Amino acid sequence: MADHDHDHHDDHGSELSETQLRVRALETILTEKGYVDPAALDAIVETYETKIGPRNGAVVVAKAWTDPVFRQALLSDASKAVAALGHVSKVGDHLVAVENTPERHNMIVCTLCSCYPWEVLGLPPVWYKSAPYRSRAVKDPRGVLADFGVALPKETEVRVWDSTAETRFIVLPMRPAGTEGWSEERLADLVTRDSMIGTGLARKPGELAQ
Amino acid sequence: MNGIHDMGGMDGFGKVEAEPNEPPFHARWEGRVLAMQRAMGYAGAWHIDHSRYAQETLPAQVYLAVSYYQRWELAMEKNLVARGYITPDELAAGHALHQAKPLEHKLTLDVVRAGLARSSFFRQQQAPARFKPGDRVRTVNINPQGHTRLPRYARDKQGVVELIHGCHAYPDSVAADKGDDPQWLYTVVFDGSEIWGAEADPTLKISIDAFEPYLEPA
Repeated sequence: MADHDHDHHDDHGSELSETQLRVRALETILTEKGYVDPAALDAIVETYETKIGPRNGAVVVAKAWTDPVFRQALLSDASKAVAALGHVSKVGDHLVAVENTPERHNMIVCTLCSCYPWEVLGLPPVWYKSAPYRSRAVKDPRGVLADFGVALPKETEVRVWDSTAETRFIVLPMRPAGTEGWSEERLADLVTRDSMIGTGLARKPGELAQ
Repeated sequence: MNGIHDMGGMDGFGKVEAEPNEPPFHARWEGRVLAMQRAMGYAGAWHIDHSRYAQETLPAQVYLAVSYYQRWELAMEKNLVARGYITPDELAAGHALHQAKPLEHKLTLDVVRAGLARSSFFRQQQAPARFKPGDRVRTVNINPQGHTRLPRYARDKQGVVELIHGCHAYPDSVAADKGDDPQWLYTVVFDGSEIWGAEADPTLKISIDAFEPYLEPA
């Protein structure tokens, strides 16, 4: 793998360059001491850049929308149900799926650090790990939703799940109207990352990019 | 500890700003930091709770000022030095100067896939679960110096057990190098008003995942 393929992104001024040098020095030390293998580090980075992302979760959601047996299995034991699909990365033992309904909207946060279901959604976006989200999601979730341009009916229950242990949560968003008879693949295109965190809703058919 | 990391319910951090089409990493070094962290975890150098605690014990002004992966990098340096894997003079020199400390495993190319799989936190139960779904509970009022996963906003609050997740390694113990001390883990749900008072959004419910020592019957 090319060693310098992303270096142009690092050109953000001296403070960042200092970090860059510090990280390089650390990798040199760990490699020289035999703790890490740079080729394995390349492979880890590549995996997160190209293989593990929200499409993994979108496929799960689309299947739950079309297959009632799978939906039930997902809601009763998401770890087992997702593992049985076999085509996403190993989710481990502690995944829980929570379902949005007209009566209840679910939203996921980690107020203490940045816990996030990497295996189904990929790496968390910067905003998810940021102080504004971590501080406000539990106190003013409707205000946070407004930052994302989402307004829920005022009687809808808003349930915020703070990921304070090793359990990981994924939201099963509501299936948009007007998608009857759609294939799972087409439905998966409607499932955004944010809709599986609960800061967004699934796209409507008309919102699909042509 | 009552650190700056425990942000739930704080005011003054401003709007949530999403970045359209955000890349997985914003600079090459971020990916290297993540990969080194994963590799050292696989090697058995420390547990995830040690990484969290090392971040929490950064000076509060540093925690807020640096970026996410800078925080990871600083925490990794702390754990590497504290656990004797590297020394400050090696960090200053940018090269290995001393003999390596043996590690149980090494994440090499052939085991990357296995190395990336999420480990299980299930542990053998030491006693029957004290609570079941539907039980009313009150969280304890604790303010430990060490690591805990009971956020400040959810201490001394009454809620209801909703889910039981089995018996897990207990972060408060693991981070203190006192072993797994397995504990039952529950999702406990609170009314918004129990946490934030009468002014709270009446439609709000908040849950945390609480280890059994965080809970008393209510």
